[in-house]
Amino acid sequence: MISLQLPILQVVIPLLGAPVCALFRSSRSAWALSVALAWLSFGVAVALFQQSWFGGYVSYEIGGWPPPWGIEYRIDILNSFVLLLVSGMAAVVVPFAGRSIEAELQDDRIPLFYAALLLCYTGLLGITVTGDAFNVFVFLEISSLSTYAMIALGRDRRALTASYQYLIMGTIGATFILIGIGLMYVMTGTLNMADLAERLQQVNNTRTIRVAFGFLTVGICLKLALFPLHLWLPNAYTFAPSAVTAFLASTATKVAVYMLLRFFFTVFGAEFSFATMNLDLILMPLALVAIFSMSLVALYQDNVKRMLAYSSVAQIGYMILGISFGSINGLTAGILHLFNHGLMKGALFLALGALVLRTGSTQIQDLAGVGRRMPWTMGAFVIGGLSLIGVPLTVGFISKWYLVAAAIEAGYWPIAGLILLTSLMAVVYIWRVVEVAYFGVPLAEAPLASEAPLSMLLPIWVLVIANLYLGINTSLTVGAATMAAGQLMAGW
Amino acid sequence: MTTAALMLLCLATPAAVALLLPWLGSRPNVREGVTLCGALLLLLWVLILVPRVAAGDYSEVQLLVMVSGLEIAFRPEPLGMLFALVAAGLWPLNSLYSIGYMRGNSEQHQSRFYVCFAVAIASVMGMAFAANLLTLFVFYEALTLSTYPLVTHKGDEKARQGGRVYLGILLGTSIGFLLPAIIWTWAATGTLSFQQGGIVAGHVAAGLLPLLLAMYMFGIGKAALMPFHRWLPAAMVAPTPVSALLHAVAVVKGGVYAVMKVVIYVFGIDTLATTGASVWLIWVAGATVLIASLVALTKDNLKARLAYSTVSQLSYVVLGAALATSMGVLGGTLQIATHALGKITLFFCAGAIYTATHKTEVSQLNGLGRVMPFTFGAFFVGALSIIGLPPMGGTWSKWLLLVGAADAGSIAVMGILLLSSLLNIAYLTPVVARGFFMPALGEGRSRAGGIREAPLFCVLPPMITAFGCLLLFFMIDPLVAFLAPLIEG
Repeated sequence: MISLQLPILQVVIPLLGAPVCALFRSSRSAWALSVALAWLSFGVAVALFQQSWFGGYVSYEIGGWPPPWGIEYRIDILNSFVLLLVSGMAAVVVPFAGRSIEAELQDDRIPLFYAALLLCYTGLLGITVTGDAFNVFVFLEISSLSTYAMIALGRDRRALTASYQYLIMGTIGATFILIGIGLMYVMTGTLNMADLAERLQQVNNTRTIRVAFGFLTVGICLKLALFPLHLWLPNAYTFAPSAVTAFLASTATKVAVYMLLRFFFTVFGAEFSFATMNLDLILMPLALVAIFSMSLVALYQDNVKRMLAYSSVAQIGYMILGISFGSINGLTAGILHLFNHGLMKGALFLALGALVLRTGSTQIQDLAGVGRRMPWTMGAFVIGGLSLIGVPLTVGFISKWYLVAAAIEAGYWPIAGLILLTSLMAVVYIWRVVEVAYFGVPLAEAPLASEAPLSMLLPIWVLVIANLYLGINTSLTVGAATMAAGQLMAGW
Repeated sequence: MTTAALMLLCLATPAAVALLLPWLGSRPNVREGVTLCGALLLLLWVLILVPRVAAGDYSEVQLLVMVSGLEIAFRPEPLGMLFALVAAGLWPLNSLYSIGYMRGNSEQHQSRFYVCFAVAIASVMGMAFAANLLTLFVFYEALTLSTYPLVTHKGDEKARQGGRVYLGILLGTSIGFLLPAIIWTWAATGTLSFQQGGIVAGHVAAGLLPLLLAMYMFGIGKAALMPFHRWLPAAMVAPTPVSALLHAVAVVKGGVYAVMKVVIYVFGIDTLATTGASVWLIWVAGATVLIASLVALTKDNLKARLAYSTVSQLSYVVLGAALATSMGVLGGTLQIATHALGKITLFFCAGAIYTATHKTEVSQLNGLGRVMPFTFGAFFVGALSIIGLPPMGGTWSKWLLLVGAADAGSIAVMGILLLSSLLNIAYLTPVVARGFFMPALGEGRSRAGGIREAPLFCVLPPMITAFGCLLLFFMIDPLVAFLAPLIEG
């Protein structure tokens, strides 16, 4: 039965597609294959999501080796929710990439680019499906290495330094994660997460395990760009090709947040992480500083891509903040925002990619007057921006509501105030762009921008409509996030 | 048709107009025809609903669950019905007027104008029928956003600045104060439904009630309570039909309507009266009434003067709510209707004067009344109603507010109301007096200057609304009877 093989298919489909893409000479066929595989793999994710929607989990034994000896893929509602986001974003971004990448990359590199994109995608999916701690590291490296390559492909030469910077910091992060996993293996002799969760109970008062916990915390927080470990992110997002930025912003950091949830709630257990190790005392202040300081920095950016990158760091702060409450409602808010932020940033970065295609710039002043020339693209940007601000009828509002409600429920009044204050800062930085685009007078020598091609507008508007629809009918997202939070608190 | 279906139609009709209009941009006559038909249909639905609500049919319709198990839901009740009636009744007139104004001044982007207008009206209907705070908030924000392109319609630097203040204050207060107030209410009471007698009593400590009330009152920035009133004068950069219907009626009345709704159905008049949580609000609203009137006196630009007059008149409604007496609430609610009619008349006239003469300052109006007698006559009637002199509808709301203040035993409030009426006379009557009695500027050019009465589309609507002001004076009883359920129990 094919439905039993879904967990492995999720990873294998893009993994096998990558080398095939690398063999292609024609950029068109590489793109077509990637689109087909991305859609196929989205279908697999939807099927997996349906299976886990009714609770429980799907377990898959690689090569028929039973866990804890063999590698196990274990999918519950949290994984499948993240899979849905990652594969959904891929299904939207890859079609978009066709025109965008053609314009931003040299012809002979394009097939290789799609190979890297598919590998990165494989890595992210792999991290999400696997129930094996070491396997997480393997997939993390697959996704990271291909990410470095993709960032380096950016048009601007500074993309190389951005990529190098990320390479150094990302490698440190991955090494820390590996050390953490290694220490746990030393103490328990197992790598299977469910098995680890059981065995760690007996040894979690040892210094070794506490050190492992520390290494994992720092390593994962580096990958998810928690302040002050976010330094790689703004440059990487700014200089990477538009489609890559959109893909990474809506998937890579989200998968890292997933890793955090999986290790701290499932493997170590909420009790140990929060009551014994006081994880909340580390995460909450950093999240608050991230939210405030990065929103502030975003206000002063003249490059729209960099502005959105800083906004991403702030938004990651919201997710971590929700998680750091250590309550069911906080966790729900964090998971919900993980999904919703993927949708809004995806829409914003894609719209920006279309603007780049037509105006050739991401500088705010070069967007003067595009509102009238590219009404559909700018309309999408405005709706994405409203979602980021958290205006009702968008997903952003739903996230804000749950986050503020969780803060008030926990009695953190000033934090609720800060969340809303930073929403207002988002109004300011989004509206700077809107004002220039609609009221600005274009420079005389600026190229006459026309509306983006349909192959870009369609993906953008699919995301915009998702932003609106899931902001009105929330049964899917809130339902999944609530269930995932319940399962995480209960442990496997 | 069921009441539920009618309410949904009230939302769907303007929404459908908004969806239809962009395809008709090349045929202005068809486009305006669709707008007018939509406006008349909406009025029809509302008129069918009114007697049902009067008969006590408050049936609820729930659309879908949005957050925390809270629904987007609609339920008619007298206060919301009054607001819907005011907006729906004035939209057809305003559409007629817009046609005259937009064409007379050859404005750009007329299709966008009508689309945003229709979306704004749909949002108003959503607010009017909201059955809970969440629904109210959703449509409140939708109204803010849909009116932003209208405020910045001209697209120049001044419009951009005005739009920035407009959006900044309205979004800032609603996200900064209103949203946390709503979430707080939800966390404390577990419900957001509007209920007669309020929902917070017994759930929020009496000592915290003034704070919660403050978050609501300042959070509803559309009520233009000082110090969050600056957006209203800033919004005057919009074309006059926008100022007339939205910034004298729909948006600002949406604000004070929300204030009333929160006071009556979330706090409960009795709760406020017994805990004294709204005493501070009396002073803030009273100060806004007086200060805004004083500022209006200093404004030479006619629209700016009217804008500050609106700020002042809105606080009458807030004052009525803050008094927490039956008569105060009734007077405040009536003020929503009477001020709407009066103020839209004044704005229609201001726009008619601009269309005919391109004059915007009060000091330029000398002698124009003799050339434009209908426009200035309508202005005079509207002004009398705003001041609260018989035989105009505005008399009753001022009267009931005075009675409410007397019931609350507050001599100071009575003093504020009387003083403010005098100030109203001082800043409104000069406009009419200059028009009729002062010699025209520029010797001998008064009639030869080619100035004539404004186009029919611009003159007819203010005359109709002026007549409405008059009618309201004699027809107040049924309205009071309709609103009686608000102050029962």
